[in-house]
Amino acid sequence: MGGQQRVYRQRIRSTQSLKKIFRAMELIAASRIGKARDRVTAAAPYSKAITRAISAVATHSNVEHPLTSERTDTNRVALLVVSADRGMAGAYSANAIRESERLRERLEGDGKEVVQFAVGRRAVSYFKFRNRELAGQWTGGSDAPDVETAIEVAAELYGAFTAEIEDGGVSEIHIVYTHFSSMVSQEPRVIRLLPLEIVEGVAEPGDDVEPLYEFEPSAEAVLDAALPRYIEARVYTCLLQSAASELANRQRAMNTAVSNAEDIIRQYTRLANSARQAEITQEISEIVSGADALAAS
Amino acid sequence: MAGPLTVDIVAPDRTLWSGTAERVIAPSVEGEIGLLANHEPILALLKAGTVRVRTGDSEQVEFAIKQGFVSFDHNVITIGATPAETDED
Repeated sequence: MGGQQRVYRQRIRSTQSLKKIFRAMELIAASRIGKARDRVTAAAPYSKAITRAISAVATHSNVEHPLTSERTDTNRVALLVVSADRGMAGAYSANAIRESERLRERLEGDGKEVVQFAVGRRAVSYFKFRNRELAGQWTGGSDAPDVETAIEVAAELYGAFTAEIEDGGVSEIHIVYTHFSSMVSQEPRVIRLLPLEIVEGVAEPGDDVEPLYEFEPSAEAVLDAALPRYIEARVYTCLLQSAASELANRQRAMNTAVSNAEDIIRQYTRLANSARQAEITQEISEIVSGADALAAS
Repeated sequence: MAGPLTVDIVAPDRTLWSGTAERVIAPSVEGEIGLLANHEPILALLKAGTVRVRTGDSEQVEFAIKQGFVSFDHNVITIGATPAETDED
């Protein structure tokens, strides 16, 4: 009937406007992702430089530093999960959070007490909904993190690691972030930030003779000053990688949403057409039967 | 002519400068240090000041930094630095 047709038309119109929104979000994500990837690339040299510097100190001196040695006086561990501020990115946040929950279970299985930190509104609301306490949270700008946020996060984590037990000191720091391998593949990853495990990027000695480093002012001082920078660089890298992953996921999710909207529009167009045809058929049969009745009388 | 030193100056979010040079002068915490080719390996902390890179006979580039470190190893110099805030920020 006429009413049925109108309902279909309405559905088609609303789906069309949704489709426009999805398309716009897809294009926005697509345009930002290039920039996000550039930032990942741009931050890599510094990260590499500081890693090399740290590993040089670690290999060429025998400094015992609290940050490089295991802490045994407490069983509290910090866990930072990096998620998005907004949804509409498919399973991006859910995957990161799930990975973090899995790690949490494992840590608690080892008899550790987990202190939770969260970046991104999605993770924050996830923990709030479950009435779980957050030791620290940062929201806003998850798709374009700046150095200042990274420094803040790093300072907080670093502070927790160096704090006394009664002030909430922790013995380990883990980060769950989403690694950006390529445009089509991003997977959640876990890294242990502290205590340090320096393995990557160790400077290759040019010959058999190991270069004897001179440290200025001293190996301890260099380590003291460089380690917080190193942690900042690592946190910043994680945030940038996550941002790029978020945008890639959003682009993909919105792309799917657009094609789903197209499917729905096509389906409703068919239904609307057949409703219109049914109405016409009915009208014709009414007229014909009316005419028949008149002719018979 | 390309200098004998390979220099990379990097900030946390970008590479500031990269190229070859003849001499680099950096403001170490214990005073300015000048680095020429075949210097012994060194890792030094930097204080606020200016990093000066001499690329040729009379060409020189300068960077104002707030803090950072310099590492020298096999004629490769890496300077990781937080750039000093400039007026344009």
